[in-house]
Amino acid sequence: MISESSPGGTSTSRFSAVAAPAGRSLRSKLSASDLVFRAVARAGGVFVLVLMLLVGSFLAFRALNALHKAGWSFLTTQAWNPDSNDFGIVAILVGTILIAFVAIIVALPLATGAALYISEYAPRQIKPLLIGVIDLMAAVPSIVYGMWGWGFLQWKMASLARWINDWFFWIPLFKVDGVTRHYSAGQTATFYTSSSFMAGVVVALMVMPIACSIMRQAFSQAPPGEREGAYALGSTRWGMIRAVVIPFGLGAMIGGTMLGLGRALGETIAVALIISPVFLVQPHILQSGGSSIASLIALRYAESTPFGVSALFAAGLALFGLTLSVNFVAAVIVSRSRSGAVSDA
Amino acid sequence: MPEPVTRAGGAAPRTTVPSRPQAGGVQQRRALSGIRTQDVLALVGALAAALCTTGVLWTQVAPFSGIIGFAVVSWCLFVLIYAVLVSFDENRPTVRDRIASVVVHSLGALVLLALIDVVGYTFLRGWSALVHLNFWTQDLSTAGPLAPITQGGVSHAIVGTLIEVGIAMGIAAPLGLLAAVFMHEVPGRLARLVRTVVDAMTALPDVLAGLFIYATLILTFGWGFSGRAAGCALAITVLPIVCRTSDVVLRLTPGGLTEASYALGSGQWRTVLFVTLPTARSGLATAVILGTARAIGETSPVLLTAGATGNMNTDPLHGPMMSLPLLAYLSVLQPEQAVVTRGFGAACALLILVVVLFLIARIIGGRGAGQLTARQQRRRAYGSARDLARFTRQHAPAGYPKEES
Repeated sequence: MISESSPGGTSTSRFSAVAAPAGRSLRSKLSASDLVFRAVARAGGVFVLVLMLLVGSFLAFRALNALHKAGWSFLTTQAWNPDSNDFGIVAILVGTILIAFVAIIVALPLATGAALYISEYAPRQIKPLLIGVIDLMAAVPSIVYGMWGWGFLQWKMASLARWINDWFFWIPLFKVDGVTRHYSAGQTATFYTSSSFMAGVVVALMVMPIACSIMRQAFSQAPPGEREGAYALGSTRWGMIRAVVIPFGLGAMIGGTMLGLGRALGETIAVALIISPVFLVQPHILQSGGSSIASLIALRYAESTPFGVSALFAAGLALFGLTLSVNFVAAVIVSRSRSGAVSDA
Repeated sequence: MPEPVTRAGGAAPRTTVPSRPQAGGVQQRRALSGIRTQDVLALVGALAAALCTTGVLWTQVAPFSGIIGFAVVSWCLFVLIYAVLVSFDENRPTVRDRIASVVVHSLGALVLLALIDVVGYTFLRGWSALVHLNFWTQDLSTAGPLAPITQGGVSHAIVGTLIEVGIAMGIAAPLGLLAAVFMHEVPGRLARLVRTVVDAMTALPDVLAGLFIYATLILTFGWGFSGRAAGCALAITVLPIVCRTSDVVLRLTPGGLTEASYALGSGQWRTVLFVTLPTARSGLATAVILGTARAIGETSPVLLTAGATGNMNTDPLHGPMMSLPLLAYLSVLQPEQAVVTRGFGAACALLILVVVLFLIARIIGGRGAGQLTARQQRRRAYGSARDLARFTRQHAPAGYPKEES
């Protein structure tokens, strides 16, 4: 850093009488304190690296132990009894993806709407306040969202779930077994609570602020020249948003949503609180019962034998692989998009 | 617009010279968002019509019920009626603009409503626990599962949370900051590798950090359920976050400042200590505080590593240690109403803690790098004047008056 900052031989043309500099070495010698500083900083970096690699490799090592024993049936078995070597990930993987899917379907319009409101519609005076509110929503502990969903939301949403089942039962996703349609009397809400749908809605509120703040930053960076160009051509505000702001922030919208998806896949405690675990592939999202990898780990670790813990590590490895790839794709999309690029307009 | 003046009077004009705007005339900024009476009337009318129609539907016509259904139906009707009202005297792009505006405003309001609902519900359920002093001062060692709300409290969980988060941040904050300084100051292949791995580990689900500590420190090394194990699990959860945020903050320090420092001949260590870190101080403090808020709210790593107890335990080395999120999680699963209320009270205490930390972070981190408070500026000015006086004293020629200023 130091050695690069010196100007090179630019002075030769102006002061031609002076002899050209004879290749002076520009490398500076680091002082003792700098050497110590670099060593300490490098040690810190290496320590963090080793720690993180240790976690990852330990995860993989213990997981391979279980995977080796289970073989390919790990991918197809719909049960979780590691000690009788009858365990597989397909049911909980499907449950995890369903919950995350519901979460993203709910969170995407909310996050987009809130981000557009903050960056385009909100009065200038309350904008910082609203940004703070969104940041605060991201900081609210997941247990609080979980308790809200467990005690409040899922009972209020049960009527909505029943309505969807009444009218859209012909879509397999929305079917609920064991209830009579259009017959509300005598049926408790418990057919519809503790479902993947309820867990997904609660997780949606949790991931919404993450997606929202990324989108808001991208939207507010949309080039003012192009905005005013759109207005000058007679566009309405919505026309301007559709023609300038949303195309500019599209990469951030996709990337932010995928970052939220990564978080939704790994959410533990709210899902564990709401869902009642089943170990079958359960594609009916409105029906009580579901599963997710993270909540499986939280619910099952205590009663597990060492091999059972290895099996949990295998499930955890699958989850980590999923979140890692989602986050990676999100990072690539965000960095490739035009968002944040300097406009020439 | 002023009338263009034709050059050749009478004959067909070949060219025109626009008259100049009057010199000295103050240009008025055009109001782009004028609200007219008919806009307000359309909004209010559509709202009233929608509410009334839905009310009739709900009470007289159809056997509908439920507050959510009422809200959804009346909102849809509102948008429809509003669109029709606007379309009476506007063209189609304007109608679309109005509908979009209504939808975006509603979504923003919905998000705000959801936050208020979450916080409000938690406080509503936990309020009857919060108002009792014993909730804050006692632990649960003598209060059994059937004890009323006036007996027993969560002081052991508050202390446990503070100890565990203290351990976690004691590990994660210095390590994360050091690694961030390393990535910023010693760029190269190794730094890129560290950055990649840290970015990847931010994707680690928090429960896996707990499972890692559970399998290594607790099962293999025999630490047992303890505060130190929970602290380590939280540290692993938070470390990538602190590291990554600090890295971003350090990259925002103005390059001119560090280059000025190098140009004045100071080495890298002194530049980092006296220029880079002080410049990024508020951002780094925000990174650490937000990491702390995250660590306080994490339940799953603690669930797997800390164990649960009703006793006050201030020794992180031995024995299980309760924390607020864990207490809340375990309490709401119990059948007793008083226990559930206590759980919601614990969630309220957690929320208060997080909000306080968040406000501190906003106050400290509200300013960008290099922007100083009034007090910091006074201190800088004072230090600068002192330096000047010192230089003057040292380099003053003989006979020069010593006390100049």
